[in-house]
Amino acid sequence: MPAATRYLGKPLKRKEDPRLIQGLAHYVDDLVLPGMHHVAILRSPYAHAQIRSVDVSKAQAAPGVVLVLTGADVRGSIGSIPCAAQIPDMKAAPRPVLAHERVRFVGEGVAVVVATDRYAARDALDLIEVEYEPLTPVVDPEKAIEKGSTVLHEGHKDNVAYHWELEGGDLKAAFKKADKVIKQRMVNQRLIPTAMETRGVVADYKPGERQLTVWSSTQIPHLLRTQVAAMLDVPEHSVRVITPEVGGGFGSKLNIYAEEALAGYLAIRLGKPVKWIETRRENFQGTIHGRDQIDTVEVAFKNDGTILGLRIHVIADLGAYYQLLTPLIPTLTGLMASGCYKIPAIRTEITGVLTNKMSTDAYRGAGRPEATYLVERTVDLVAAELKKDPAEVRRKNFPKLSDFPYATPTGVIYDSANYPGSLDLALKLSGYKKLRQEQAKARKQGRCVGIGLSTYVEICAMGPSSAMPAGGWESATVRIEPSGMVNILTGASPHGQGQETSFAQLGAEILGLEPGDVNVIHGDTAIVPYGIGTFGSRATAVGGTAAYKALMKLRDKLAVLAGFLMGENPGKLVFSDMNIFSKTNPKKSIPFGEVVAAAYTAKRLPPNMEPGLDATTFFEPSNFTFPFGAHVCVVEIDQETGDVKLLKYVAVDDCGNVLNPLLVEGQTHGGIVQAFGQAMLEEAVYDEQGQLITGELTDYAIPRAADLPWMETDRTVTPSPVNPLGVKGAGEAGTIGATPALANAVADALSPFGVRHVDMPFKREKIWKLMQGVRAPLGARQDRVRAPLGARQNNGGRRSK
Amino acid sequence: MSAEIQIRVNGKSYETQVEPRLLLVDYLREVLGFTGTHVGCETSICGACTVLLDGKAVKACTVLAVQASGSEVTTIEGLSATAPATANGNGLHPLQEGFWEKHGLQCGFCTPGMILASVELLRTNPSPSQTEIREGLSGNLCRCTGYQHIVQAVEYAAKKMKSRKR
Repeated sequence: MPAATRYLGKPLKRKEDPRLIQGLAHYVDDLVLPGMHHVAILRSPYAHAQIRSVDVSKAQAAPGVVLVLTGADVRGSIGSIPCAAQIPDMKAAPRPVLAHERVRFVGEGVAVVVATDRYAARDALDLIEVEYEPLTPVVDPEKAIEKGSTVLHEGHKDNVAYHWELEGGDLKAAFKKADKVIKQRMVNQRLIPTAMETRGVVADYKPGERQLTVWSSTQIPHLLRTQVAAMLDVPEHSVRVITPEVGGGFGSKLNIYAEEALAGYLAIRLGKPVKWIETRRENFQGTIHGRDQIDTVEVAFKNDGTILGLRIHVIADLGAYYQLLTPLIPTLTGLMASGCYKIPAIRTEITGVLTNKMSTDAYRGAGRPEATYLVERTVDLVAAELKKDPAEVRRKNFPKLSDFPYATPTGVIYDSANYPGSLDLALKLSGYKKLRQEQAKARKQGRCVGIGLSTYVEICAMGPSSAMPAGGWESATVRIEPSGMVNILTGASPHGQGQETSFAQLGAEILGLEPGDVNVIHGDTAIVPYGIGTFGSRATAVGGTAAYKALMKLRDKLAVLAGFLMGENPGKLVFSDMNIFSKTNPKKSIPFGEVVAAAYTAKRLPPNMEPGLDATTFFEPSNFTFPFGAHVCVVEIDQETGDVKLLKYVAVDDCGNVLNPLLVEGQTHGGIVQAFGQAMLEEAVYDEQGQLITGELTDYAIPRAADLPWMETDRTVTPSPVNPLGVKGAGEAGTIGATPALANAVADALSPFGVRHVDMPFKREKIWKLMQGVRAPLGARQDRVRAPLGARQNNGGRRSK
Repeated sequence: MSAEIQIRVNGKSYETQVEPRLLLVDYLREVLGFTGTHVGCETSICGACTVLLDGKAVKACTVLAVQASGSEVTTIEGLSATAPATANGNGLHPLQEGFWEKHGLQCGFCTPGMILASVELLRTNPSPSQTEIREGLSGNLCRCTGYQHIVQAVEYAAKKMKSRKR
């Protein structure tokens, strides 16, 4: 990144916004095509059942209904849902686009209706008669792997999808040397990503051109094109995928879904455009879920706080089938089990389990929040056991600055970091010392206050292709049009991240133009060269670097051409203010537009120079990047209700260099609040029958504005050596760093009650129960501001004030 | 079965035969083509479908089109016309401008509803505190921003609208 910049690193407001704030943007449900039909899907009300029969005759005869198809009708025509992740000895669990014979989770598609009107399509669902024979649902992943459990898939002897192990260092020696060992079970609950826009697909087939166009709310248009073509067995070049405006993804749209292939199939079969828009209930039941691990951690440590070894066992609930990356996600937990610490020996063992639920897959953070949570909780358990300050135990175990690039015992190489730097800044900004003093005072007053810390590292900028199921590079094409206007085409199709702005800043900086002169195009496979997509905090570090390299190729070409036209050494030219200047003689310059025009009129070109200005780069990163940071927060628990109130939040993040700090701040805020959701509110609950009882926003609470205090955010800057921009990635850090900070604060608040660990989410009932039966742990009883509810009950139920 | 409704939307009158069960949000989006109003949950929890019905914010996913007959509706497409152009003459309502200036949106899906709910908030409380803004917008969900920039966007607009009144 250049030292002095005009646009890079500046908080420019977004180019995307004018259309979004005026209702002029087009999400998939906003598309209307002539003669468009509407699709609705009948879904299984049973978690596990045999389909005896499906009678669609009444539905087929209903007004407006064009076509009704069952799983049996389409099984020979549409391939099963693809899984790109391969783990050695993993059992197959293919999912058809519509179930036939057996359903394995509530919400699995059974039949599809096409009608001329959206309401008519939904009405007709009620007329389809399905005879189910219920089977025993397998819901609890620990019971699912017990002997004698009902088995989900034919040909499997049990519900274990795979075993995966990763070990490094001498674990036996570590545990032998240890002064102490703590073992803790932690549940990382199942979550529902809940993008505000549900999924949706429009498909249109032009038989004359043999072109199928699929508009989908997806994070991965190119991968979707490849997979839809394969599922429908049509040539890839006859499928075009367009992502209109995408209303949030968080990993839930980093997937290939049944409805995307179904809509394509129906458009081809009917010769009519079709639209399917997911309802919120369908989104909760049938779009991927996240997390869902039961982690057991054993930590070996010395009395001075030095951590010697970690032994981790993960039970990962994968759901009934694999979506695109389902089996892979828990392994990222194993990869990042060292956290930001120098731990000599680590072993992670994962048991992937199949249950009668929706598939889990990549939800913001994807495997790393789980790793950070279990490591950061463990560090706090060590600190509590040794009665040491958690900040000091962290400091004790950080690798030294001279250790970087730091290789963990399991072979992951952290690119660059300054862990003490971000911790020091977070402690300073939060007034940590004073917070601890205030906490002591509050406890004496009978108040239940907790302070939580987390220092995290995450793996992102996914990533080198060697470690990615479908390639980890990213593409960019830069085209300078004859008028001098610039188009950057990126394969990293964004959905709210703001690349239209940050990549324009990059283009303007490098070519000496204004950001308004640079347009960013994405999300259309017919226009944009093949790309991987936006996920894993990769868009800037991998996609941005690809754009940078393509821009540099064109700048080099322009410099040669300008030098030729000006009679100047191309190496001595500066691009600035829509001109190309001589470094040695600033009075000597040529307008940018004149050089561009010369490239297209092609009348005076240097020998061997091709006309035109178009460059494409496929950037392959040499490693992942490893953002890090330190978060501090304060919570207070109302002892009468168990309500946990977040009072203060301070986050210091380091994502390397930054193209636009406003966008990074937005990512940080959003990430922290999603972490808050996991810690305090969110939990996908299936009952014993496998019913999703948190199946609507009425029952699954995501954070609201009033739940949160002002968040104070700051950054340290440790450039990544992995790419020339020195950027790391910022999309997931908030979610990864914040969950353990909040959990540590709640555990700290509850420590006077003898509580060592409590699983998320910290709902009132759970917290209140933990505080019952413990008499006067906080301060002297007479000093209490609020008497505990238990005391009131002992008082004959009368309220004592 | 159908019913005739008469309705003014963004300053223009419409007379339409509709199914009595047609939701206002579907009427606005599918019959009139005002697709800036979004559907996020169909249960009036998320607020993405918020519009102004006779000047008051309502969730259009749980209002029937027939209930809105005889009323005036403002959607995001018509908002800027309800406020005289702001100082810099960009044709945006101060709230739209605030959301742009303060990075109060990312994916933008909740934004039209969030802005219209903020119109209601500032109508009833022209100088809200941050806490009042957070409480006032608790019927609107955003999954991207973490709300902090939205709070700042509303503060920006409140300030701007007050200075304009003077």
